[in-house]
Amino acid sequence: MDTSIKVLIVDDFATMRRILKNILKQLGFRNLVEADDGTSAWEILEGQTIDLIISDWNMPKMTGLELLKKVRASDTYKKTPFLMVTAEAQKQNVIEAVQAGVSNYVVKPFTAEAISDKLEKILR
Amino acid sequence: MDVRLINPFINSTINVLETMAFITVNAGKPYVKTDNLATGDVSGVLGLTGVANGTIAVTFEKECILKVVSNMFGETMSELNHEIADAVGELTNMISGQARRELEEIGKVFKAAIPSVVMGNNHSIVHYTDGPKIAIPFSTNAGEFTIEVCFER
Repeated sequence: MDTSIKVLIVDDFATMRRILKNILKQLGFRNLVEADDGTSAWEILEGQTIDLIISDWNMPKMTGLELLKKVRASDTYKKTPFLMVTAEAQKQNVIEAVQAGVSNYVVKPFTAEAISDKLEKILR
Repeated sequence: MDVRLINPFINSTINVLETMAFITVNAGKPYVKTDNLATGDVSGVLGLTGVANGTIAVTFEKECILKVVSNMFGETMSELNHEIADAVGELTNMISGQARRELEEIGKVFKAAIPSVVMGNNHSIVHYTDGPKIAIPFSTNAGEFTIEVCFER
């Protein structure tokens, strides 16, 4: 797993961004950027090159699903790995995310191992 | 109130706290709460809509939430501040999410709003519906917390 890549973490809760950053740092990732909603995330994506997106679903302004659809419609990011980390895991949510092109899905609450396993799968 | 609506919140609370904060949680005996006074120092409140409308609230004693968030962050938290408030909101969100998945398995589908957080001594918890407020106390080695579940009659 290449840990030199630039990762964008998107969550409206600073708590979750902090927990994810801690886990990613433990895994060796150092190049981390964060946004607190989909709109801010998109501004970052337009301004710099991001190699992996980790996003919550339920956020104000632009949801994680809306961000995913925008990313997949973009020439620059249509193949960029996109990990959804969310408490929204009812069947319809998972179906919508898969149809929109999510790379993988982690349900909150999660362990550090669960994040590591999913990243190994989508970054190999 | 349909008692099948309560157990998923107990199960999810235990799982969220044990998974994210590595804390052993013991559920006490549920009771009907008759006032709006919070049983702790900081509360997360979240509205639910679906087969019934209601709210859940999660209220932590100060020492308990400081230990919980310290474990989540891997560093010592010593005061109630905006970081603690944010963490309570996210914990409430996760408890709701997992409970809703369990409820979906018995055919009861709910959507959740974004949680709000109230902090301070003797604060009130306002449920959005007027149904009975079922409170479930929990104990940990760092203190106590309570969840309240209230659905419309």
